[in-house]
Amino acid sequence: MKKRIPSALALIAVAAGLYFVSRHHAVPGGMNSAAIEHSLAPDFSLPDLTGHTLDLSSYRGKVVLLDFWATWCDPCRDEIPHFVALQNKYGGQGLQIIGVSMDDGPEPVRDFYQRFKMNYPVVMGNAKTGELYGGVLGLPIAFLLGRDGRISAKHIGAIDISVFEKEIVSNLRSGVGPG
Amino acid sequence: MNRSSIKQAITILLVGTALSVSAVRANAQTRLGVVSGAMFPIYQATSLPSSQLINPEELVEILQSPKGEKPLMIQVGSHVLYQQAHIPGSEYIGPASSERGLQSLRARVESLPRSKFIVIYCGCCPWSHCPNVKPADDALRAMGFTKVKVLYIASNFGADWVDKDYPVAKGD
Repeated sequence: MKKRIPSALALIAVAAGLYFVSRHHAVPGGMNSAAIEHSLAPDFSLPDLTGHTLDLSSYRGKVVLLDFWATWCDPCRDEIPHFVALQNKYGGQGLQIIGVSMDDGPEPVRDFYQRFKMNYPVVMGNAKTGELYGGVLGLPIAFLLGRDGRISAKHIGAIDISVFEKEIVSNLRSGVGPG
Repeated sequence: MNRSSIKQAITILLVGTALSVSAVRANAQTRLGVVSGAMFPIYQATSLPSSQLINPEELVEILQSPKGEKPLMIQVGSHVLYQQAHIPGSEYIGPASSERGLQSLRARVESLPRSKFIVIYCGCCPWSHCPNVKPADDALRAMGFTKVKVLYIASNFGADWVDKDYPVAKGD
């Protein structure tokens, strides 16, 4: 009996750890990726972190990944390094990632931008921007826009980065929208 | 690998687990678990017992009933999300994950009788990642409030409230 106790405790510790890992990575019900119709992405003009105005329509001709996020949103933060990598990898082929921060103010966003060495523009979103895109009522939400400015995919909640990459490559190759 | 080595490995694993759990308890905002030495966050919302939760369906029933006490409803998450859609009659206080938000919450309820029925909610992100509801719940209970419920929003406010056609208001 004495010999079995350490083994039993170790098994309990491992089981507990596996349980906590699964809770961390679990995607709750309702956070499904949903393809939407090929509608034109609503245009907006929003200030970036330097105070300059960014017009979404000026990126027509590029494949745009529009990421609604916030510094207090942990799944959003997890995605950022992957987006930085994608921008590095596909920026030369026509990918432009744009972050739309739903933070209440730019100060924490500027700090985050520096710390995470973000390499794409981030604009400060607001309720109107969220409503333009059908209501951003939970984060993260990402829209992939084809070179023609039309929405080719919408993803609610954090998803595997490989899904984004496949869609980006498809859009870059097709020249118009997903193949 | 002999029996002695196995015992040493198990001992190391158990000590590592104990040290990690101790480190987690020192952190007011998150709790950490350990798997083979890897640290990862466990969000406090998941530690709320079901007795302290209220489902959207239950809250809607309370709000639409002609009888019974109606709760003070407070959104303790994102202002931008609140402006797009919130429960009619609910108030925005500020993110309870920040000390400023908690101070606003305490100031709002300070003069209320401690038996006041209060519902707090967020809906910013999946329940397992919400940084706001547990701190708000803790703050209210520490003040002595006895009828506090946290609205359980599994995915986000859009999916679990708006898309279910529950009552919604916009703006401030």
